[in-house]
Amino acid sequence: MSLFFIAVGSLCGICGILAILLVIADRHLNDYGTCAITINGGDRKLDVKGGESLLSTLVGESIFIPSACGGRGSCGLCKLKVNAGAPPLLPTEEPHLSKDEAKDNVRLSCQIKVRQDMDIVIPEELFSIRQFRAVVASIRDMTYDIKRIRFELIDPETIDIVPGQYIQLEAPAYAQSPEPVYRAYSIATDPRDTRHIELLIRRVPNGICTTWVFDHLKEGQEVTLNGPYGDFRIQETDADMIFVAGGSGMAPFLSMLAHMHNEESKRRCTYFFGANARRDLFCLEEMAEYEKKLPNFRFVPCLARPDEGDNWDGDTGLVTQVMDKYITDFSDKEAYLCGSPGMIDASIKVLTAKGMPEARVFYDKFA
Amino acid sequence: MIWAAATAPHVEPGFLAQLLVIFLAAALTDNILLTRFLGMCSFLAISRQMKTSIGLGVAVVFVTTCTAGLNYLIHAYVTTPLHIEFLEYIIFIVVIAAFVQLVEMIVERVSPPLYFALGIFLPLITVNCAILGVSLFMINKQGYGFWKSLVFGAGSGLGWMLAIVLMAGIREKIREDKVPEGLRGAGLTLVISGIIALAFIGFSGMIKF
Repeated sequence: MSLFFIAVGSLCGICGILAILLVIADRHLNDYGTCAITINGGDRKLDVKGGESLLSTLVGESIFIPSACGGRGSCGLCKLKVNAGAPPLLPTEEPHLSKDEAKDNVRLSCQIKVRQDMDIVIPEELFSIRQFRAVVASIRDMTYDIKRIRFELIDPETIDIVPGQYIQLEAPAYAQSPEPVYRAYSIATDPRDTRHIELLIRRVPNGICTTWVFDHLKEGQEVTLNGPYGDFRIQETDADMIFVAGGSGMAPFLSMLAHMHNEESKRRCTYFFGANARRDLFCLEEMAEYEKKLPNFRFVPCLARPDEGDNWDGDTGLVTQVMDKYITDFSDKEAYLCGSPGMIDASIKVLTAKGMPEARVFYDKFA
Repeated sequence: MIWAAATAPHVEPGFLAQLLVIFLAAALTDNILLTRFLGMCSFLAISRQMKTSIGLGVAVVFVTTCTAGLNYLIHAYVTTPLHIEFLEYIIFIVVIAAFVQLVEMIVERVSPPLYFALGIFLPLITVNCAILGVSLFMINKQGYGFWKSLVFGAGSGLGWMLAIVLMAGIREKIREDKVPEGLRGAGLTLVISGIIALAFIGFSGMIKF
C-alpha cells in the first residue's frame, strides 16, 4: 500500500514540478514587453503586449480579421501584409501563399507572433468589422428549407454595409457541437436600414449552425454576429448586369436591389433564379415589386424539374440554359453569381464560353 | 624486458577510452534507427530533403543527449531509491515532453534564427520513440554513470542523424529516377534502409562492449 502512495505521489510531484517550471518559463521567456504596431503607414498605431499571435493581438484590439479555422493555419483567410517585424516565412504558411504573395510580404496573421515592433497593412474595410450583439426580431419560413431571419442590433446599434457583403453568425455550443462555430451568411437587408440584419438560411442536413438555427433559435433570443466581410459588390460601371442565384443565394441580391432602388438606378439588369420546383421559389412578390419600381429590371425564375401539380408556365431548365435563351451577347455585360459551388462553377464555365471576360464575373461561393 | 612483458597486467581501458567505445558503439554498431528501427516515422517523413534532415538530426542529437542525462539523474536519485522503477516509462515521457517545450521556448527567445531553423522540428521530436528508447536502453545497460549515459545519449542521437542524413542523400540522388509505382515513397525508403542496416552490421565486429 505504501508503495502505491509513493508511486502516485512521486509521479504527481514530478509532473507538478515540470508544470510549474513550464509556467514560470512561459511567464518570463514569453514576455516580449510592449510592441508598437504601425497600421497602414501610420494611420493607426497600437501599443500591444507581445508574445501572442498577430491575429489574436489584433482581435484583442477589436480589429477583426476574417478567419474560419480559429488560428490553426488551415483556412488561409487571415492574410495580411507585414512590411516589417515579421519572422522568416514559416513552413505552416507556405501552402497558403502564392509566390507573388510571399514576395509581397503577405503573411498568415495567425501563424506569426508579435515579438517586436511591426509595420502592417490592413485593408480599410476590415476596420469596420465589429462584433455585434443582436436579438432575433422575426423568423419567417420562405420555403420548406429556407428561413428568413431578422436581427435587431443592440450593441453596437448600427452597421454600415455594402450590398453583397456577408456576416458571420455564431452558433453557441449546444448538444451537437461542443464549441461555438461561426458560419458566414450574405446580408439581405437594405443598406439604409442600419439597425437590422436579415439573413436567408437554408437547412443543411447535419450542419452544425443550420441545425441550431432551425431547431433551437427562437424569436427574442440574443445572438452574436461579426462582420461585415467580403468584396462581392456591384461594380461602379454602366455595363448591363446579369444576376444568377439559387436557393439562399437570393440574399445578397435582395440587398443589391434595395440599394439600386435607393439610388434610382437605371442600369439594365436581368436576374435568373434557379430552383428545382415551385416549392423552392420565394420572394416572388418582392421581385414583382422591383420589376415595377426599377425601370430596367427583370426577374426570370427557372425551374429545372417542375412538379406535375406546379402548373408552371415560366422557363424550365437549368439557369445556364435559360440564360442563353434571353441573352445573345455576353461580351459587354457583367455577371454576379451567388449560390452553391456547383452552380457557380457551371455558370462561370458557360459565361466565359459565351465570350464574357472572366474579370467581369463576380461571385460569392457558399462552400 | 621479458619480465616486464610477462607481468604487464590486463588493465581496464581508461575512462575516456570507455566513453569513446560507448559513443562509437551507440552511433554505429548499435545504431538506434538501423538496428532497432526506432524513430522510423519521422525518418521516413522528413528524409526527403538534406536540409530538413540535418535540422531534425541536430535537434534529435541535442534532445537525446540532454534527456539521457536528465533521465539518468531521475533514475539514480528518484526512482531507484524509492523503488518505483516501473514508473520510469511514464516519467521519462513526461520529462522528455516538458524538456522539449522548455527548449523550444528558450531557443525562441534567445536565438530566433536557430528557432526558425530547428523550432518546427522540436515538437515533432516529443513523439519520436527513439528519444524514449535511448533513455530506456540506457537504464538497461549495467554500470552506466552520469557521463556514460550522457555519451550514450549523444552517440545514439548522432547515429540517428547519420542514418537520416545518409537516407536523405540517397533519396535526393534517386529523386529523378524511374521507380516502379508500387515501390515509390515509403516502400523504396524501407528497402534502402534495410540495405543500409546490413552495412551497419558490418561494424558490429569492430567494437565489443
